[in-house]
Amino acid sequence: MDVVTLSRIQFGLNIAFHYLFPPLSVGLGLILVIMEGTYLRTKNPVYHQMTRFWVKIFALIFAMGVATGLVQVFGFGTNWARYSRFVGDVFGSILGAEGIFAFFLESGFLGVLLFGWNRVSAGMHFFATIMVALGAHFSALWIVIANSWMQTPQGHVIVGEGSAKHAEIQSFWRVLNNPSSVDRLAHVLIGCWLTGAFLVLSVSAYYLLKKRHLDFAKKSFKIGLIVAGVSVVLQFFSGDSSGRLIAEYQPIKLAAFEGVYKTKTPTGMYVFGVVDTKENKVTGLALPGLLSFLVHRNFKQPVPGLDQYPKELWPKVGIVFQTYHGMLFMWGFMLFAVFLALIAVCRRKLLQSKWTLRLLVISVLFPEIANQLGWYSAEIGRQPWIVHGILKTKDGVSAALSRGQVVFSLVLFAMIYLLLFILFIYLMDKKIRQGPPENEGTEEYRDRFK
Amino acid sequence: MEYGFMVFWYIVVIAVVVCYAMLDGFDLGVGALHLFAKKDEERRIFLNAIGPVWDGNEVWLVVLIGGLFAGFPFAYATLFSSFYIPLTLLVFALIFRAVAIEFRSKKSFRWWRSTWDVLFFFASVCIALIVGMALGNLIQGIPLDGDYIYQGTLVTTFTEPYPILVGIMTLALFMMHGAIFLVMKTEDELQEKLIRWIRPTSIFFIITYAVTTMVTLIYQTHMVERLRQRPYLFLIALANMLVIANIFRVLHHKKFGWAFISSCLNIGLLLALFAVGIFPDLVRSSINPEEFSLTITNSTSSLKTLQILTVIVIIGLPLVFGYGFFVYRLFRGKVRIDHTSY
Repeated sequence: MDVVTLSRIQFGLNIAFHYLFPPLSVGLGLILVIMEGTYLRTKNPVYHQMTRFWVKIFALIFAMGVATGLVQVFGFGTNWARYSRFVGDVFGSILGAEGIFAFFLESGFLGVLLFGWNRVSAGMHFFATIMVALGAHFSALWIVIANSWMQTPQGHVIVGEGSAKHAEIQSFWRVLNNPSSVDRLAHVLIGCWLTGAFLVLSVSAYYLLKKRHLDFAKKSFKIGLIVAGVSVVLQFFSGDSSGRLIAEYQPIKLAAFEGVYKTKTPTGMYVFGVVDTKENKVTGLALPGLLSFLVHRNFKQPVPGLDQYPKELWPKVGIVFQTYHGMLFMWGFMLFAVFLALIAVCRRKLLQSKWTLRLLVISVLFPEIANQLGWYSAEIGRQPWIVHGILKTKDGVSAALSRGQVVFSLVLFAMIYLLLFILFIYLMDKKIRQGPPENEGTEEYRDRFK
Repeated sequence: MEYGFMVFWYIVVIAVVVCYAMLDGFDLGVGALHLFAKKDEERRIFLNAIGPVWDGNEVWLVVLIGGLFAGFPFAYATLFSSFYIPLTLLVFALIFRAVAIEFRSKKSFRWWRSTWDVLFFFASVCIALIVGMALGNLIQGIPLDGDYIYQGTLVTTFTEPYPILVGIMTLALFMMHGAIFLVMKTEDELQEKLIRWIRPTSIFFIITYAVTTMVTLIYQTHMVERLRQRPYLFLIALANMLVIANIFRVLHHKKFGWAFISSCLNIGLLLALFAVGIFPDLVRSSINPEEFSLTITNSTSSLKTLQILTVIVIIGLPLVFGYGFFVYRLFRGKVRIDHTSY
């Protein structure tokens, strides 16, 4: 393998491993705000117990997010120096803004959230919780904007020649508000809420199944279910909107997602299928005209297939077709899980619905897998471009890099991640088994008895 | 005007380095002293002294890299791809420091804790060394050709004697800084013990500081050029020595808060000397310093971007200092261990 491929694998590994954690902390951040807010409103100690338990889980996830997130700011420069030179003017400023506006907010108030219980008033602690959640959302905002610029770049000019050729900002606002920013941000944030909500559902379902901490588990379950239920519906609209956006700005990517090799009237949509990249065809179950409808809102108009575009601009169809469809399936599983949970709750038979609870225990995997597959689709689907239409991935890699160096770092990263992942699962498992603190600590806020 | 913005952004980047070194410097110093505390209780006090703040301190490193990337993308790209292996090791050390702090307290059996203690110690030492060695490389210069591409071998330039010397001095500096920070955050017996630790760490620092200064004066003559041209800049060096002397004066009077502030100033002044010395180079080429170096003018972003960045800083920095101040004020005073602690 060459340096480009190895660097892509390394970047993919770094970002994929990192992206296990931020969606959890963004989603859980929102849920912590709801829990602590409910406690301050109702003064029911169980909500206080919930906040404290989930804050501890949050801390562990956050630490993993920080530790793995730092890798990314190095990665652009170490492996993608020519990319960094090319886009630094545009991309660097967005990254700088992320640090200033999001990370400081998040990490500054995290200290208060974790260690400030008996140093600040209840209101102040709640404020810190809101700030941490807001900081987490802001970091998603900036990095998704940066990535969206790579998908649908605008607001810049290309200047210079040869190795000095690079993009310069013309209008910062147009860079930030590029065509895909809003849609993709919505899509990512809703994905994060789903991830946080399903984590809460999973853990609560586990307690309900074991008949432990029932009051705690039921109330957590309810909050998780509300957030998951709302988000899973929102994600339907967001997904639809994102799809139409790709149809407009990255039609090759959409054709690859859907496996449309030949332009046909009307264009169907595969529920599942197998891609034969030699024969350029997909075998599977297609719903006639559905893709036409999703893109054009009528069943007749064709969606341009890959045959309309030169083959060197195609991404790897076999991979993105499957990752994209996998993501859709995961959404289906989430909808199904929410549906079963709602039935059980409405029939007031949650505790007896063993199979529903068992499904929910593993349900946190659905949004996590969806997040991963969604990003693989978005990024592999953009290939061969690193910045769509402007810079090819192979032209972005560092010139000074040798294969040996990348192999060395890649192997070590893989080993360290494996170790960290095992430790993370082990510690999470232990914390969850241990359960929430019994209510001895309700007088934790400084002004509890004032 | 464009040049003015470049100089301004250079100052901003250096200021961020100063903030990082002053703040994460004591975290790293505490880490480098960690194994010298033998009891679990003492180690917990160490960790909880930095517990609520180390995370935010590390953000300065992220902002530093972001600021360099945004303001001087060519310097960022060249520097990071040239130092591939050392920076990869730095990343590993940063990962291990973060997880060691978080994981250590999760179990109470001995081998678990001592494993993370050792990792925390080594990670902190490595971060301090690599950061210092990177600065040493920037002073000494690295083999860059006319296209600003690194021509050296894997790690050899990084690990030449001069960068190693600067690395060790940085470690010594952070250890002294960390010891003073810990004295400020502890009380009674442990504090007495830590006061005794200041002596070896400061001797370590003074020796490496003196050696580095002499070696720089003799072998890195370009660092002194600007000071010769503008003699008033020698005031920085003078102030630096006075501040170091002041650390010991106030320590003697048991004014630990002032000692910590002096130690911060010491770091700031040392980095000011560094900044004045390398200016206007960001990455000096050892092949042809005059023509192949990446300076603030040939590695910069467009004027428009520098202006946008300036607006971001003007809006952002007051906020950052605002909550920084709030958090430090909230957790001021001696460390108390309770059940929310590490």
